[in-house]
Amino acid sequence: MIEVPLRTTRLLPHTLLGRIGLVVLAAAITVLPWLVPSYYAELVTSAMIAAMLALSMQLLVGATGLVSLGHGAFYGLAAYVVYLISPENVALPIWITLPVAMLVAGAAACVVGLFSLRTTGFFFLMVTLAFGQMIFFVFHDTKLGGGTDGAYLTKPLISAFGATLDLPRKQKYLGTYYVALVQLVAMYLGLAMLLQTLFGRALEGIRVNEHRMRAIGFDTFKIKLIAFTLAGALAGAAGHMWALHRGFVNPEIVGWHQSAEALLMILLGGLGSLHGPILGALALTGLGEVAQLLTERKLLVEGLVILAVVILLPRGLAGLGSRNTSNGAGDRHG
Amino acid sequence: MTLSSFLAQILNSLQYGLLLFLISSGLTLIFGVLGVINLAHGSLYMIGAYTAFVVARAVGSLWIALPVAMLGGILLGSLLERFLFRYFYKREHLDQVLLTFALILLFEEGRSLLVGNDFYSVPIPAALDFSIPIVEGFSYAAYRFVVIVCCLVLAAALFVWIERTKMGAIIRAAAERPEMVDALGIDPRRVHLTVFAVGTALALTAGALNAPLSSVYPNMGDNLLIISFVVVVIGGLGSVSGAFWSALLIGLIDTMGKAYAPKASGLAIYVLMAIVLLWRPNGLFGQRGT
Amino acid sequence: MTTPIQRLNRRALIKAGAATVAASVIPTRWAIAQTKPLKVGLMLPYSGTFAQLGENITHGVEMVLAEKGGKLGGREVQFVKLDDESKPELGPQNAERLVKRDGVDVLIGTVHSGVQMGIHKVVKESGTLTLVPNAGNAAVTRDLCAKNVFRTSFTNWQPAYAMGLALGKKGVKKASWITWDYAAGTESAEGFKQGLEAGGGQFVSLLTLKFPETNFQPLLAQIQGLGVDAIGAFFSGGGAVQFVKDYAAAGIKVPLCGSGFLTEGTLGGQGAAADGIETALHYGDGLDTPKNNAFRAAFKAKANREADVFAVQGYDAAQLLAAGLEAVKGNIEDEKTLHAAMEKAKIDSPRGAITMSPQHNVVQDIYLRKVTNGQNKIVSTIAAQLADPGTGCKI
Repeated sequence: MIEVPLRTTRLLPHTLLGRIGLVVLAAAITVLPWLVPSYYAELVTSAMIAAMLALSMQLLVGATGLVSLGHGAFYGLAAYVVYLISPENVALPIWITLPVAMLVAGAAACVVGLFSLRTTGFFFLMVTLAFGQMIFFVFHDTKLGGGTDGAYLTKPLISAFGATLDLPRKQKYLGTYYVALVQLVAMYLGLAMLLQTLFGRALEGIRVNEHRMRAIGFDTFKIKLIAFTLAGALAGAAGHMWALHRGFVNPEIVGWHQSAEALLMILLGGLGSLHGPILGALALTGLGEVAQLLTERKLLVEGLVILAVVILLPRGLAGLGSRNTSNGAGDRHG
Repeated sequence: MTLSSFLAQILNSLQYGLLLFLISSGLTLIFGVLGVINLAHGSLYMIGAYTAFVVARAVGSLWIALPVAMLGGILLGSLLERFLFRYFYKREHLDQVLLTFALILLFEEGRSLLVGNDFYSVPIPAALDFSIPIVEGFSYAAYRFVVIVCCLVLAAALFVWIERTKMGAIIRAAAERPEMVDALGIDPRRVHLTVFAVGTALALTAGALNAPLSSVYPNMGDNLLIISFVVVVIGGLGSVSGAFWSALLIGLIDTMGKAYAPKASGLAIYVLMAIVLLWRPNGLFGQRGT
Repeated sequence: MTTPIQRLNRRALIKAGAATVAASVIPTRWAIAQTKPLKVGLMLPYSGTFAQLGENITHGVEMVLAEKGGKLGGREVQFVKLDDESKPELGPQNAERLVKRDGVDVLIGTVHSGVQMGIHKVVKESGTLTLVPNAGNAAVTRDLCAKNVFRTSFTNWQPAYAMGLALGKKGVKKASWITWDYAAGTESAEGFKQGLEAGGGQFVSLLTLKFPETNFQPLLAQIQGLGVDAIGAFFSGGGAVQFVKDYAAAGIKVPLCGSGFLTEGTLGGQGAAADGIETALHYGDGLDTPKNNAFRAAFKAKANREADVFAVQGYDAAQLLAAGLEAVKGNIEDEKTLHAAMEKAKIDSPRGAITMSPQHNVVQDIYLRKVTNGQNKIVSTIAAQLADPGTGCKI
């Protein structure tokens, strides 16, 4: 029998302190751009975009137990969609670009999911990698998206419900910053609510024991497909945000290294929580910045940190100081 | 397309396919027996190639470099297994992916610290530095034939080892039914160490053998890593003969794609992999899933 | 490699950073813009495949500063070095580090054309004066050109055009081009085709290989069947070494030529396989002018190795910058005068005289070179003061 459903999913903070911490973090990020030079605000914007990608991936990895190496492709695809639908020198409003980017990314994820979710474990990893690389080659080897050097796009207008946020050139970064923040918070809260529904618990059940879920009558393939599609669409939101932030697309943003980085953020932050990917993304961005300042051997530092985390912190940053150890690695075998 | 150039392409396919086999056989064994996803396998190939370069530069002979790379592979593989991978068999795939991702970064940085970031070519031994005309207007470097022969010899040795020896039987059993090994009272740690060392040695040997043909340069293993994973998946995890046929198939498709449909060649192998997996989710020669 | 120097710079940079922070906190009405050192960001590859190119460019830039007594346009210069790792996806972020975080006045970079696209995006918006010391992607001085971006290297089109022209004039009727399937490759193919046709030849086909693969065999086996009189190629670095060796080993009778990068900095690895190959480039060996001789001697004294085309390009980027800053006496805010002075500058480069096109790309002589005794010996000037078409640029 399936265990008694938890009051909340294990992916949400259980202690009052944890919840207060999250609110404080959100408040800090909200006021930050008024306190620091624009460069650091933009750095946090990129960290938030990375956090969105990692968060969307957590729906697969942490919630459902699916490790995909093709997830970054949906992110890159969405950025390319913004490029492809934006006419030259005409800025489309984000209420058009965002849904279209998410829709295309979600549709692509649905198709890939239809094929790849028939496999499990290592095969799943490889098939998602293969599909991701297919999308990569479409942009890398054809002229569709500007080829190997990538292309510039007209950044979408921040506009909704008839109102357009039209900031002077020097303050445009603030608009991008808050659009990213709003989306990140919305994605976090949305996923938090989703995970508490029956659907969310079904995902949890699949992660713990898919056979049992199937045996008690859940159509696990369909549930996984919905999760995979949704995760793809959310990755699309992150990719759309990259396009809005950078105004530039390049095939490398579609490559499998994006997926690996997102996985890294999840692992760094902790598999067992929904806020872990956000912490992981902030930490990794900060680490990159510090490592770049202090040493030539940035990759060496990155490699050693990953190694240390994998060996010493199997539950990530979010697992630090947590008393609840029963969610350790042992119960996650798929 | 002329007939003679087509024949030359067949030879190219064979040579490339055999190289892919050397790399992917180690990968498939390590996954099949140990259940570990080793993203750093491409870096092991890179280490082999750089070993060949460094040794050949120091002593002036590739013939010494090859056995050094092979023995170095056994040593490196044993160390990695004993002090690192052993603790990751029971961890989930995600941890293995990240562990080996970290190893890629560390190996590349180590290479950069020790040898630098330059591109180096590795000279073909003087005795073999000539070409053999095979079709009109196209010759084949003699060393390429040497590579083909070496790959075939190593493949044969691997088959004999897997199919005809006691250790091979244990490995086959471990790949198909891991619980069997425990039931038979065999120390699984010895099996693991052996398999990992052999797999690593195969990757290093492939790198060293191919170094005069590919030259050595940073991140040289990246492309081969992904393509070797495709070989392993199509052949079926843990199946050495599966890897053999699938490597030859991929070598053929990739070479012909490059020659006759360069725009599609990047995609072709991934499409093939998707089709195979839909048709046989465990690969062409696969016994079990995961 | 140059680690000790860079470490020193980094320490100095951190100190300077602290000073900047202090300066921004304490009201400094005494600070006059002109006395502040000019911050020059060097965004170049200092790791990975292109590390040596980044280092040679840096040496070239530093040489100009040394010649001018440590000052450009009367201002002290402070370098801020940043390793771009040749990673395009990090391009915008790294460019912003220099432009926004470190607040550089000038950006010099980079080698990789994908990364250049990221830099270009950032500096087009910020208006930071930028000098391109290598990346040859046409777009930067064609449809995406910007009034604050100048290139002292080449476009991929330039040497390939000259090579095609040289073949056509020599009476070669049919030729094909082999390259990697990436922006630089297809742009060079376009140049070669136009040059060949201008010289009276016929372009037969373009053979491509996925970037940066080095398994050339499938392409080489086709060449005999093409029925061409010459094969032109654009590869660089490691790929070029391997390609030339494989071409020779394949015993192909069709002569090989190419864009100069095919044999640039690669002859050591190519050995006898490269003998007799003709290539076209804006620099070469045996250019016996006082300027070049002095440059090469100074470079060797500084870097302890022979100068190459990349060092020249870096050197000229700094020369162009110096010309601009001298015209405005170090007042980099006076953009109009600065840009106009750089547009009109006549630079005495080690490669010969160079100027800027209206699109801000270098106008230069392209030489035909032939590999002789392990050197790219200059044979003749194929195209004097060749300018890129610069199509689509509106400044």
